[in-house]
Amino acid sequence: MRLSPEEVQQIAMLARLEIGDAEAPALQSQLSDILSMIGEMQKVNTDGIEPMAHARDVTLRLRADEVSEPDRRDAYQSVAPRVESGLYLVPKVIE
Amino acid sequence: MHDRSLKQLSAALARREISSVELTRLFLARCEKARALNAFVSLDPERSLAQARAADARIAAGTGGPLTGIPIAHKDIFLARGWRATCGSRMLADFVAPYDAHVIERFDAAGCVVLGKTNMDEFAMGSSNENSHFGPVKNPWDGARVPGGSSGGSAAAVAARIAPAATGTDTGGSIRQPAALTGICGLKPTYGVVSRYGMVAYASSLDQGGPMAKSAEDLALLTNVMAGHDARDSTSLERPAEDYARELERPLSGLRIGVCREHFGAGLAGEVGAAVEAAIAGLERLGARRVEIELPNNRLSLPAYYVIAPAEASSNLSRYDGVRYGYRAKEYADLLDMYRKTRAQGFGAEVKRRILIGTYVLSHGYYDAYYLKAQKVRRLIARDYAEAFRACDVIAGPTTPGVAFAIGAKASDPVQMYLSDIYTVPVNLAGLPALSIPCGAGEAGLPVGLHLVGDYFSEARLLGIAHRYQQASDWHLRAPEGGR
Repeated sequence: MRLSPEEVQQIAMLARLEIGDAEAPALQSQLSDILSMIGEMQKVNTDGIEPMAHARDVTLRLRADEVSEPDRRDAYQSVAPRVESGLYLVPKVIE
Repeated sequence: MHDRSLKQLSAALARREISSVELTRLFLARCEKARALNAFVSLDPERSLAQARAADARIAAGTGGPLTGIPIAHKDIFLARGWRATCGSRMLADFVAPYDAHVIERFDAAGCVVLGKTNMDEFAMGSSNENSHFGPVKNPWDGARVPGGSSGGSAAAVAARIAPAATGTDTGGSIRQPAALTGICGLKPTYGVVSRYGMVAYASSLDQGGPMAKSAEDLALLTNVMAGHDARDSTSLERPAEDYARELERPLSGLRIGVCREHFGAGLAGEVGAAVEAAIAGLERLGARRVEIELPNNRLSLPAYYVIAPAEASSNLSRYDGVRYGYRAKEYADLLDMYRKTRAQGFGAEVKRRILIGTYVLSHGYYDAYYLKAQKVRRLIARDYAEAFRACDVIAGPTTPGVAFAIGAKASDPVQMYLSDIYTVPVNLAGLPALSIPCGAGEAGLPVGLHLVGDYFSEARLLGIAHRYQQASDWHLRAPEGGR
């Protein structure tokens, strides 16, 4: 399994990662090596096997629809890169 | 004092031989002296000593518990209010936790002191602790070698006796592998026994917190604190509280130890295999019986793990976007550019690789071939264990294929690095409990770990087997130079 440079850049865009020209070649070969290792599992027959989504087949709990958390917005926003009037600031999105 | 067991420290505190403040100062001084190990990311003596004073007051009032006043080092993946929680990443280098993890709450309620926050592979991704933004941790047995990872700082701190005990997390071996490489003990409980609330997420269906300590008895006391239901973690199990120390004195007569031939095949260092064989023989002398078992799909664990874990990681780590918390790039053109530059600068190489693999295997057209396939393989692996546990009570083998390797030896070859978790990864896929205890010396006299895997919720039994072994041997008492 070899990835092309274009595929690496396309995955990086989906993952919202910028990949520089300097790191691209090594990354391309390392990702290809990892995918080759992963490819080993294609050799085993898994027809009719139920996928295992979690470490234990347990049903997730339900709880009453009640407010359980206090308002700690100020504490949680104190660790944000940029905040103003209780709002997170990001670059302009809509022209 | 620094080499004593938790029980001994507790007794010393109870009879006022030493106060919690004095004990905390003693270990802080040892941490300071051992700075070259790079085991800690954060030390905050004022904060620790304030907790120690509160613990002393509890002891004086007679309201303390078994571990009140004992300082514990916590992996920097656990949020402790007021402390930085960096997770070994530039992304969270300045992140100060606004709340406590469930595990931290439990230790706080038990009266324990936070000694400091330990170094780790970035976002718990790694097997050598070389992936930390804060630099590699050195193995106390040989400073040119890795301590293992990702809980490398916790392992090094306990091995060097600069912390009485520590916490770690284990997604594919991150408690057991570093425990093996540093000659200490580490337990990964059954998935869901320890709450993941306030524990920075890597791969949520596999992540599990657990204790790291000098002996199985210490592990049991720590598990008694860490385990328990927490409604804030949707996968936390609702089970009656149990005493994990209850089987420590249970004899091994009649115990069936499963041994899988494949675990002693190609890739295993000869001295490691010999040490583990000797340990199994030791368990037999204590009354256990050896049975051969098969785990035919174990060999598919790494491929399945390196689909499932990166897939979950790519999703979990999408939250680091430079908006709500953590690092944000200084310069960017627009929102998309801000995301891409923030993540490119904030994450290290291994984290990026896993995010990219995860993104790829979940992307349109590849989901069935990779993710669904891996989940089916995961089922096969779990079924093998269920079959094996009909014939045996515990599975014994090596924790790692070799002893601690040199810093830099595997850094440029991710797949080689992944192989050091080949024996530990399948256990996480199945969600089973397992522990590693020191059982011998390999190349250059470096520690070797014995891996014991049990059926679901058999922690107390595993700890009992390990304890009986440690009553009859002294590998767990050996410490590196400076730790004695």
